[in-house]
Amino acid sequence: MTHVGTPLAYAIIASILQVALIALGGPLLMGLMAKVRARAEGRVGAPIHQPLRDLRKLMGKERLRAQHSSAVLAVAPLVVFGSTALAVAISPLVTTHPLLSASADLFVIVYLLLTGSVTMALAGLDTGTVFGGMGSSRAITVGALAEPALLVAVIALSIQARTSNLPAIVADTITHPVWTSTPTRILALVALVIVVIAETGRLPVDNPNTHLELTMIHEAMTLEYAGSDLGLVTLGAAMRLGLLFALLMNLFVPWGVATGNSIPWLLAAVVFLALKTSLLAAAVSLIEVHSAKLRLFRVPELLAGGFVLAVLAVITQLATR
Amino acid sequence: MTLFLAGLGCCVLGLVAAMILSIERRVVVASFAGSLGCLLTFVAATHVLISGRAVSFHSSLVLPLNGVSLTLDPLGALFVAMTSFVGIATLVYYVGYAKGELRSRTSLSLLLLFLMSLLSVPAASSVVTLMFAWELMALSSMLLIMVEQRRHVEARTAAQWYGAMTQLGAASILLGLLLLSLKSGQTFADIRAHFALMSPTLRSFAFVLTLIGFASKAGAVPFHVWLPKAHPEAPSPVSALMSSAMVAMGVYGIVRVSNDLLGGGTLWWWVVVVALGVVSALFGALHAVTSVDLKRLLAYSTIDILGLVLIGVGCSGALAATGHPGDAHLALIGALLLVVSHASFKGCLFLGAGAIERATGSRSLDQLGGLIRRIPMTSALFAVGALSIVAVPAFSGFTSEWLLLQGLLHGFVDRSSPTLIVLLVGVVALALTGGLTAVAFVKAFGIGFLGQARSSGAASAHEVPRTMQLGMGILCIPCVALGVAPGLVIPLVSRAAQRGSASVVPRSLESGIGLTLGHVRGAIEPMLLLAGFLVFVALISGVKSLLRRPARKVEAWRGGGGPPTARMQYTATSYAEPLQRVFADVLRPEIDVEVTHAVESHYNEQSLSYESRVDDAVERLAYQPVIRAFARVGLVARRLQNGSVHRYLAFGFIALLIVLVVLA
Repeated sequence: MTHVGTPLAYAIIASILQVALIALGGPLLMGLMAKVRARAEGRVGAPIHQPLRDLRKLMGKERLRAQHSSAVLAVAPLVVFGSTALAVAISPLVTTHPLLSASADLFVIVYLLLTGSVTMALAGLDTGTVFGGMGSSRAITVGALAEPALLVAVIALSIQARTSNLPAIVADTITHPVWTSTPTRILALVALVIVVIAETGRLPVDNPNTHLELTMIHEAMTLEYAGSDLGLVTLGAAMRLGLLFALLMNLFVPWGVATGNSIPWLLAAVVFLALKTSLLAAAVSLIEVHSAKLRLFRVPELLAGGFVLAVLAVITQLATR
Repeated sequence: MTLFLAGLGCCVLGLVAAMILSIERRVVVASFAGSLGCLLTFVAATHVLISGRAVSFHSSLVLPLNGVSLTLDPLGALFVAMTSFVGIATLVYYVGYAKGELRSRTSLSLLLLFLMSLLSVPAASSVVTLMFAWELMALSSMLLIMVEQRRHVEARTAAQWYGAMTQLGAASILLGLLLLSLKSGQTFADIRAHFALMSPTLRSFAFVLTLIGFASKAGAVPFHVWLPKAHPEAPSPVSALMSSAMVAMGVYGIVRVSNDLLGGGTLWWWVVVVALGVVSALFGALHAVTSVDLKRLLAYSTIDILGLVLIGVGCSGALAATGHPGDAHLALIGALLLVVSHASFKGCLFLGAGAIERATGSRSLDQLGGLIRRIPMTSALFAVGALSIVAVPAFSGFTSEWLLLQGLLHGFVDRSSPTLIVLLVGVVALALTGGLTAVAFVKAFGIGFLGQARSSGAASAHEVPRTMQLGMGILCIPCVALGVAPGLVIPLVSRAAQRGSASVVPRSLESGIGLTLGHVRGAIEPMLLLAGFLVFVALISGVKSLLRRPARKVEAWRGGGGPPTARMQYTATSYAEPLQRVFADVLRPEIDVEVTHAVESHYNEQSLSYESRVDDAVERLAYQPVIRAFARVGLVARRLQNGSVHRYLAFGFIALLIVLVVLA
């Protein structure tokens, strides 16, 4: 898809804006979720910008690496950041015409995120320690089971829009508001929420606040990083959360995304996106307060539920057409 | 065509050289002649693909029964080009790999013979030529599995299984093709011209018979049992050729006979193909996840990927049969591109597995570890293959799976309901295997190459000879090239797919460097994506270097205990244990836990042994009973033979009497 009317400069500005927004907004969303949780539990909690402070602190600290580690551990933070940032830059977050929007295929985004997960899993095995291997094995298991639900939900959306190009899907949804209330969308939404919770390591799949060996998944893989490496990995995870939340909102409540080429609209879209994702984050956080972490071997049942819903989304789309 | 024949001629020269030269020169000269031959056939095939014009050759001097007929059309040329490319890489690798029995006259000439037969199968244009090349391929590869049988006893069983399965398959194909040539001559042109005269029942019979044979060659479940035995036991260059080129001939056969000779057929044919593909993809992916032997893992992943290819071929056929040639064409391009990209990454991975076996003396992942620091070059080349199969964007696996998905996705628009179900099942299987493949290869690379060495062999691994690295490197080129600039190759694959599709209505596929689908919205520009990724990585490493804090190497975190030892690491078995548990109902693992309690207290354990094994359930449930039944019949039949000459004469006399009575 080539947007003849979109100047390159606009696309570049939009993409830079998106990356900056998610790089700052992702950690803020995490802070917001922690705050909502603390309030719901009757605590005051850390300020919302605490994750950003932590990141700044980590970036200034010394990096330590395990003796037996190889180049994989060294480049993993870069790859995780790079692949997530690329996915953020080309996705339709504040505008439907970001840079490379023609290549912003749903499958490209899914596989870019998979690249990040695979890299983290490999780096977890690199130091040869028990925790790294454990986290890696668990994370890749959850990832492998979430992948089918994600892909099938994505396919359901693509069949409805007759393209798997993400900006096109968002743009078409804005022009066809009816789509947001079709059974396909709703079923796919529920499936995607389950997947997003698994992919971002939130309760009930993974507890981001635990360091208990019996339960931790993502945190176990990050134990071997220190200093700016740890900072990048944490930033990557926060950006992934920001991206997935933003995409989820834009796919199902696309209003507020800029479709034209005007800069003021772009800025308004930033405000809209911040509001939408904050609402979602607060809702997810409230659900988290009321749910306990699932046993690792019960997680597949949850994800299988997501998969079934996604398949139903495809079937309803085929049946209702 | 002259070039193609000259290429085969070069291989023959290499064969002769292998026979007459001394042991020191033999390997280099034979593999040089073979590579040169492959280069010539590659050029010939590429020329056909670019020009789109078929060339043919007929000679009645070479073979009995109408002689040999060869035709290079775009579909065949694609497979010839692919085989030649893998052939060059394998032969270069072979120079460094060959030791002991592999330097002998027999194994060298068998290897060249195998290569020649692989090149001739897709070029054959008559039933006799095809069957001759097919049988040559089966026999030479069976003997190649046996080459090292003195040291690998398992190779004998593997060759038995392979021999039995491949001969049953060949018999089935032969029957099917004979049915086809009943009404017409035995050349493909005749069959193509007369297939409309055949009754639909006869056509369906021929389809089912050939499908059984070809699907068994393509490793489709339940005809796959030979594959996870033969691939691991064969010498690695042979495994690479078998997995990347020979298995693909099964797909070639299905496309050639059903799409081309039989003109597309009816919907239910393709439902069968998709069903085979779905079962194979899931079964292969699950077993790849739980395999501990690296080459066995690769063999099961071959079943997985070929299953995906069959899904693509089947969906394409179903779309064509219900009158949607455009979408059918797109799906077939995806399937064929996946075959080509599978050839490159699986070839690279099998050669890598051979290099690891050479470097460490083991191919069990539980004996490896830490190889990336000992043999960095081999590790890097293996990583390229692994990233490609995991379908990381900008590697060939991603491009081909994306195209396949697009083909299926756009088939969903306004279609009759049976096709929809076929497509739905295909897409769901594709989605299910994606994540599992990632686990299998993260496990293969992470456990095998990262962490600490788990055995003395792995701890003292040495880098393999340059020629072996070069062989792997050659196969890495298409892994990256097809991923970054697929637009350069797609027009050629598109041409091959047109010939394969029954009705020729090309869908416009605008391809520069990336891919842009014609009338539907969909495009990827992997080159630009890669550039974007590199920009972000460069930016962030720039920021990090501004912080001016070089990393300091320290001992790994102990977690409060003693220093971490190699035995404390996750192994291949434990890594896949969660998934093995999730899919226990399908995999049916056998787990033995033996606990010896201390004398003082029941709650203290003195020793604990744990054994977990995942057998092939299809083999256990479907094949073993048949084999046991045969064995029982054999035991009964043995009683007839007691070694007495008189009894045998009596048998002969009785037989004669019966014949006389029947004739009278």
